Amino acid sequence: MSSLQPPPLSADQTRAEGTALRLIRIVLPIVVLAAGAALWELVVRVNEIPAYVLPGPHAVFKTLVQDWPVLSQSLLTTLVTTLEGFVAAGIGGIVLAVLFNQSKWLEYSLFPYAVILQVTPVIAIAPLLLIYLPQQTAVIVCAWIVAFFPVLSNATLGLNSVDRNLAGLFQLYGASRLQTLRYLKLPTALPSILAGLRIAGGLSLIGAVVAEIAAGSAGAGSGLAYRIAESGYRLNIPRMFAALLLLSVAGVVIYGLLALASYLMLRRWHESALGKEN
Amino acid sequence: MAGPAAPSESEIAPGSLAVRLRGVTKVFDNGVVALGPLDLDVRTGQFVSLLGPSGCGKSTALRLIAGLSAPTSGTVGVSHRGGQDTAGHSIGFVFQEPTLMPWASVRENVRLPLKLARAEASASDARVERALAQVGLSEFAGAFPRQLSGGMKMRVSLARALVTDPDILLMDEPFAALDETTRFRLNNDLLSLWRNLRKTVIFVTHSVFESVYLSQRIVVMTSRPGRLSTEVRIEAPEPRAEDFRTSAAYAGYCRTVSNALAPSYAGQSAS
Repeated sequence: MSSLQPPPLSADQTRAEGTALRLIRIVLPIVVLAAGAALWELVVRVNEIPAYVLPGPHAVFKTLVQDWPVLSQSLLTTLVTTLEGFVAAGIGGIVLAVLFNQSKWLEYSLFPYAVILQVTPVIAIAPLLLIYLPQQTAVIVCAWIVAFFPVLSNATLGLNSVDRNLAGLFQLYGASRLQTLRYLKLPTALPSILAGLRIAGGLSLIGAVVAEIAAGSAGAGSGLAYRIAESGYRLNIPRMFAALLLLSVAGVVIYGLLALASYLMLRRWHESALGKEN
Repeated sequence: MAGPAAPSESEIAPGSLAVRLRGVTKVFDNGVVALGPLDLDVRTGQFVSLLGPSGCGKSTALRLIAGLSAPTSGTVGVSHRGGQDTAGHSIGFVFQEPTLMPWASVRENVRLPLKLARAEASASDARVERALAQVGLSEFAGAFPRQLSGGMKMRVSLARALVTDPDILLMDEPFAALDETTRFRLNNDLLSLWRNLRKTVIFVTHSVFESVYLSQRIVVMTSRPGRLSTEVRIEAPEPRAEDFRTSAAYAGYCRTVSNALAPSYAGQSAS
């Protein structure tokens, strides 16, 4: 009764399974999305819920198309703010990490304040910033405050993770501080820095939104968060949903772009970007 | 990490000794006495093995000679070649692990010492190609470390140590993690490199067989703190090849060295 069976992980089988698995990973979320939207539409129609209480997905989508001129302008404003905050957080986080790495004095003096800045809720800081800074600057500063810390802490970790023997080798060949930083520490830290930036991308969007909401009716802002607040006051609920949808999509796209950039920069050597077998 | 030892302390006239240690001790920051006092002379062009139990301070001695750490007391003297060219460096170091930069190709890894010395690109290209040829890796210059086997990574590490054309090659259990066949091949390649390039080699190992096969002279060290226990000269005919491994002379030397090493292990509980 003993017949020869292929081992559980023969080559053909894994390849076929891999393709199927990839397909499932794409199809399943789409199915869930479609089912959720259908159920939502059904609940709204059956119960005849008015649009100012809960608009169905159809109404939201219609608003998105109709209000596109206004919404796209707001989307652009929010994205520019996010980008400015993200760039400031990226540069600020990396530069601070390098300075901390070069000077323990500087690290001991400033790091506690970086932590304090991080743990204080930005929603509480934003109104203060809006008093002392021009609105656009305040919004960018908010995005920076939220986003710089993950860059700083990840970059610091990376810069301190240098292989001990490689460091010895650099010492043996008389490398200068700058050479050690450029050829050893920064390449070692690159994967951690990219991980930090990936978190910072989403967080700077959150920071921008929080600051826009805090600025709210006081300012002349026209970002997506401002649109949400404004639509809320006017009971224009479909537009609130449409703006929210745009924010989510923007967040996902930002994350996706940063993940792609990270993959492209690491694919030749880092474990995280390599396949299971090669 | 301690700063590099001042090389000016006692330079040796070229042509005689490559390395001279006098009363060298090393006490770590945590109070552990790792080494010494140790006296050691290594003649230029000699192949010397430091043999001893784990933790006897062999690697520490090597790091002191390389200037990677400073001795607590005593003097470390290393000969420097006269009229050194800018890309040259008198010491090459091979670690127990390949210690390659994963983000750089084989070629860039080998080029590193020249790059740190700010050598001209045109001159260093030729040196890199020559070093890769010496270890038989010319075809793999563009590969990344992760694509290479353990033995090949070790060859890259060796090429990187050779690229500056150093006078002294310090090797810290370089082949310990390799399988036996690969280790034997690398042993033979190292011997032929040593014959052709006439470098001074100080080779740290805990393998009696490897030290007998490779060395002209074996320095047996005691357990911690490491001191000189005995010296054994291996006066086997050169060049050595695989048949030496199976000869009666080889077996005899291995017995002699094992006996010399036995007291070093006597103080330790079963290990």
